[in-house]
Amino acid sequence: MNALLSRRRSYFEATARARVAGLLDPGSFAEFLPPAESAPSPHLANLDLPGAFDDGVVVGGGRLAGAPVLVAAQEGQFMGGAVGEIHGAKIVGLLRRAVREKPAAVLLLVDSGGVRLHEANAGLIAISEIMRAVLDARAAGVPVLALVGGSCGAFGGMGIVTRLCSGVVMSEEGRLSLSGPEVIETVAGVEEFDSRDRALVWRVTGGKHRYLTGDCADLVEDDIAAFRQGATDFLAKWREPAPDLTRLRADQVRLETRLTRFARHRDGLDVWAELGIPRPEEVPLLDRDTLVALKEGLPA
Amino acid sequence: MNIDSILDALFPRGHAVTVADQVIAGEATTAAGTVTVLGTTDAAAIDHRIALTLARRVIDTAELHPGRPIVFLVDTSGQALSRQQELLGLNGSLAHLAQCVDAARRRGHPILSLVTANAVSGGFLSFGLMADRVYALADAQVRVMDLKAMARVTKIDHERLVALAASSPIFAPGADNYQRMGAIEAIWDRPDAARLDSALAELAAAPRGEDRRMALGWERGGRSLAAATAAAVMAAPPAA
Repeated sequence: MNALLSRRRSYFEATARARVAGLLDPGSFAEFLPPAESAPSPHLANLDLPGAFDDGVVVGGGRLAGAPVLVAAQEGQFMGGAVGEIHGAKIVGLLRRAVREKPAAVLLLVDSGGVRLHEANAGLIAISEIMRAVLDARAAGVPVLALVGGSCGAFGGMGIVTRLCSGVVMSEEGRLSLSGPEVIETVAGVEEFDSRDRALVWRVTGGKHRYLTGDCADLVEDDIAAFRQGATDFLAKWREPAPDLTRLRADQVRLETRLTRFARHRDGLDVWAELGIPRPEEVPLLDRDTLVALKEGLPA
Repeated sequence: MNIDSILDALFPRGHAVTVADQVIAGEATTAAGTVTVLGTTDAAAIDHRIALTLARRVIDTAELHPGRPIVFLVDTSGQALSRQQELLGLNGSLAHLAQCVDAARRRGHPILSLVTANAVSGGFLSFGLMADRVYALADAQVRVMDLKAMARVTKIDHERLVALAASSPIFAPGADNYQRMGAIEAIWDRPDAARLDSALAELAAAPRGEDRRMALGWERGGRSLAAATAAAVMAAPPAA
């Protein structure tokens, strides 16, 4: 066990490039528009802010368990992974390429607070374009899988994009939501959401909560190899369905039922109790395998 | 301008549209025949209830009236800001709404949005921006964040942002900026049935499905980098 732990490479702490390198088959990744062939955002330069040659996102192609895949990985350590004009256009270009190239899958390594405010209009429009492009890729039969386990989570428009994907693989450390706790605290007050209460933030937006409520397909350890395995397992059993109303109607019923059932709750603990978990206060302490077994034993 | 006068101005041939709890829903008669009318009013903060109500209406239209145009009237201040909303994954309900609009488009429903007052962030992303074409009334507020809040968050002087905004459409609020960047088709000085009818006729005749906003942003000089960047990613040599 100790040997296993010592070999673990934290996904949370890794850079975007290290995540891609560890996720794909060794040596298979080729970057499109690498830093040497691109320029930093002029919009940041106009504000005297430092840019990055990749504008905070790495895109390219490689192999996952032998199958060709396209990959976009956001770098949370640059501007919080936020989407500006170039950043967004790289992801859109990758997804459009997927429509033409029909890889086995597109992997979106989401690590982003959403729109980059310094390029707010370009970022918002780019996220709308990413939303359309994800659905275009899926309609072309290409699964799009979101991986969420970075330090910036998946927030704002990137939280919406994440839920438009075929599936989501998350770690406990990952966070998936719309408005960040800081934004809610600023607007609605600390009584509404104390953003410094980390345990509360994870009970509302974290991987375990999203897994228990069915908003992510799989929960994995904070380990790049575990994300690789989770992505491989998901894609092995997933067949991208043609867009169809029956499935959307079923989603509609599920979401309406869930809203009615949980509408009065404000903490993950209440939701978990309602789901039938006997000792919800122990959920944050459970390891991944125990939690997965617990979920599988819950009433449907 | 209140929503009743907007509805009367857009649909003088008649409409059966109700407004309840900030949700607009119903149908109206246009030169192109009956259209489904959906949307929000009074700067609605989009929550699960609103998103799911709109999504259900979109699915109903696709099931019961194949091919019928959908007109969205957009007035949203963004997403609802509360812990309870986030606990149930508000991003998921907004994604579901967006997916329903996209599915309707794929089944041949022409989809048009008119921003009547406010179009902000997540609320705008979930339905207004999913349309084939977006129009805005001249006094509409289209934005992610106003410049004062942006100055506070980015720690950049407000005066400096105001000065830069005069020359760049990239971050400052305004329907005209979104038009230059390719996301808004045209700005109407008032709600007008003739304009709506001709916009619906143009849309019905145009090829649909392709997202042309990047190309339009380049043509209009508002987004000079996006189209070329996406094209370069598409043209890059394949991985080994």
